[in-house]
Amino acid sequence: MLVLVVVFALWEAAVVFFKIPVYLLPAPSAIWTETIQIGGTVASHTLATLNTVMLGFLASVVISLPLAVLLTSSRAMANALYPLLVLTQSIPKVALAPLLVVVLGANELPRVVVTFLVAFFPLVLSTAAGLIAVPPELIELGKACKASRLQELLRIRMPYAIPFIFSGLKAAIALSVVGAVVAEFVNADRGLGYFIITATAFFKVPAAWGALIILSLMGIVLFQAVVMIERILFPWAAGDDKPTL
Amino acid sequence: MTIVIDDVAKVFDAGDEDVVAINGVSLAIAKHEFVALVGPSGCGKSTLLRLVVGLVKPSRGRVAIDGAPVVDPRADTGIVFQAPTLLPWATILDNVLFPMKLMGRMDARALKQARALLRLTGLEGFEKRYPRELSGGMQQRAGICRALVHDPEILLMDEPFGALDALTREEMTLELLRIWSERPKTILFVTHSIPEAVILADRVVVMSPRPGRIAEIVDVPLPRPRSFAQEADPVFQDRTQHIRTLIFGRDRLAA
Repeated sequence: MLVLVVVFALWEAAVVFFKIPVYLLPAPSAIWTETIQIGGTVASHTLATLNTVMLGFLASVVISLPLAVLLTSSRAMANALYPLLVLTQSIPKVALAPLLVVVLGANELPRVVVTFLVAFFPLVLSTAAGLIAVPPELIELGKACKASRLQELLRIRMPYAIPFIFSGLKAAIALSVVGAVVAEFVNADRGLGYFIITATAFFKVPAAWGALIILSLMGIVLFQAVVMIERILFPWAAGDDKPTL
Repeated sequence: MTIVIDDVAKVFDAGDEDVVAINGVSLAIAKHEFVALVGPSGCGKSTLLRLVVGLVKPSRGRVAIDGAPVVDPRADTGIVFQAPTLLPWATILDNVLFPMKLMGRMDARALKQARALLRLTGLEGFEKRYPRELSGGMQQRAGICRALVHDPEILLMDEPFGALDALTREEMTLELLRIWSERPKTILFVTHSIPEAVILADRVVVMSPRPGRIAEIVDVPLPRPRSFAQEADPVFQDRTQHIRTLIFGRDRLAA
């Protein structure tokens, strides 16, 4: 927190001292006043982006967890699915976005899909890693207790993967913000990504910077929310002495 | 319950070539007998244990418990592993009750049994603690409670004290003997430690590697209850020396 204050103070001082023109780098005070002036507009754009981020993130969770279970269920399944997953990651999302608009229509859906595509991959990987990191003895114990495959999954593998799942969730929530903005650059009439494009087009540079700062704050707050959820629901997984990454 | 292992071989498919883990192993274990398996790494001790649990199927021969061939894991066997492998998200009590939950046998009796076992192993008062809050020895005690919670007739122990320090290990050895005298079970105990095998068991099965087979079955006619004072007994000395010779050979011991 203190570091941020110092950074902003130095920034302000540098802009004043070197007389940097506002279209190159506005001072924090200028960003603040201009953003507050159009506060209502900025707030509605922020909500639009937050909506896309959350929908994309939820889609990532809903799809990644079962996908990770499928991936780890058999070698054949892994061989079939991994190349497809890697393919989704090698496609540049910025290039894909306009095509998705053509296919899915100029609405929220292509934005959510792009957000999902950017965010879900690390969640699948870390969940899959968690599911297979279970000590073999625990699996043997389950078998010796005549546990079904579903019991093995729900009572042994899934809980064991919780710390892994959360490190994936942390990556996914941060990437969701990135994905939503990428989608808004290509196809949107609302949202902070759209706002930055239009603001810079009209040389409203301080407002664009304001939107950028709001995006960073959104990323930090959402990330911390995931950290808090882990600490509250699964204190044994978070651990107090371990670093939270 | 009597365990009969009849001319059993187990071959693992390891990609290019097959690995013969054990071959031609025959062994009969009487009800409530304490049998230890010793031998160097790779002699198939753990494989033999898993054959008895039903986790591994024999490639040849058969394993039978009370005349019934073991084809699947049986509900009346308990297993203790080298690592405690407790569930990090569950309390000690929930860990001990875990097999009951998996088998859908959770009831007031199970809870009573779990609490009685925790008392028996000196873990009373730690029911609500989490595994990471306990020492290695205490975790392993909880692991033993977990293996006993469904009151199995057969207890299979795979180097259960291997990860403990020497002092805790001796303490646990005596504790196991005490538990066994209070709740008699048929025990098959895998270990790397020759003195541990001799002080615990009625019979020590000495195995040799590649492929794993039984070199000799050594009787230990030491009176019970056992204690470490018996390490001075000529019978103890004779048996440990004999087992060492079986495992390492006469030449290497003399050198």
